[in-house]
Amino acid sequence: MPASRQFSVQVEVLLRDGIADPQGATIERALPALGLDGVRAVRAGKSFRFELAAADEADALAQATVVADRLLANPVIEESVVTVLAEAAPA
Amino acid sequence: MAPRVGVVLFPGTNCEHDAVRALGSLGADAELVWHGANALGHYDALVLPGGFAHGDYLRPGAIARFSPVMEAVGDYAAAGGPVVGICNGFQVLTEAGLLPGALQKNRGLRFLCTTVTVRVERDDTALTAGVPVGTELAVPINHFEGNYTCDAATLDRLRDEGRVVLRYTDNPNGSVDDIAGVCNAGRNVVGLMPHPERASDPLLGSEDGTVLLGALLRTAGAATPAA
Repeated sequence: MPASRQFSVQVEVLLRDGIADPQGATIERALPALGLDGVRAVRAGKSFRFELAAADEADALAQATVVADRLLANPVIEESVVTVLAEAAPA
Repeated sequence: MAPRVGVVLFPGTNCEHDAVRALGSLGADAELVWHGANALGHYDALVLPGGFAHGDYLRPGAIARFSPVMEAVGDYAAAGGPVVGICNGFQVLTEAGLLPGALQKNRGLRFLCTTVTVRVERDDTALTAGVPVGTELAVPINHFEGNYTCDAATLDRLRDEGRVVLRYTDNPNGSVDDIAGVCNAGRNVVGLMPHPERASDPLLGSEDGTVLLGALLRTAGAATPAA
């Protein structure tokens, strides 16, 4: 199958529910200093963007999911959300 | 014959010479092994020392897991060879799936560099063979991601199977169940956050680390070399 199309992809990695997120908690504790007392459930994570060659959008999603599951996220503590953002201009 | 110990060196590892020296002072024939190596069968034990393998980019140990040597480390461990991961080496072993759980950022988000007391919980692992349960050791920690985490089912299994090897007496980093070190089901792979090689000489303020490294060398001397 030709993989001649280029897709732009985003992978968001967050700690799983139930895993303590000291970074998110620390950010949350800092917010009252801005006068914002109503902010809660802050979660800190990472966002990755890359382009890849794929046959179609489903193929792009499948490939990016492999990257997310095998490298970008540690499934013991993290989960990932993969989004195909757009078809990019050919490389 | 002195046990031969391979100390695995990744780009960014920085405790390798401390480990070689401490093991050597206890009578081992210890040498560095570059992370591109793929033949480890002639060693009696392996140590993955501390540092920042591959810059700790992405997550500590996440890139090191793909270093060529890790496939050989996996084979060596599967064959029953003693493998100890110290600090960053512990993180590498969890990322590689050779030990359960993960090390995440310390509770309080502080980099911790201090001497802690750990209690030996098992006397039947590669790193604690023959060390009486309940022995307390003063050993330095030096980490930002040392907060041991695993899901509830894994924690139950670790407790039921007696795989918590070391516990902090005063939990410094938020680790679940005060865990400072764990082992695999075969008890030949052990990971710990404290640095025994930094407690291996009176000049360093403690020699308690030699209790653990000495036990590793006894294990190594008794082990059949891995295939």
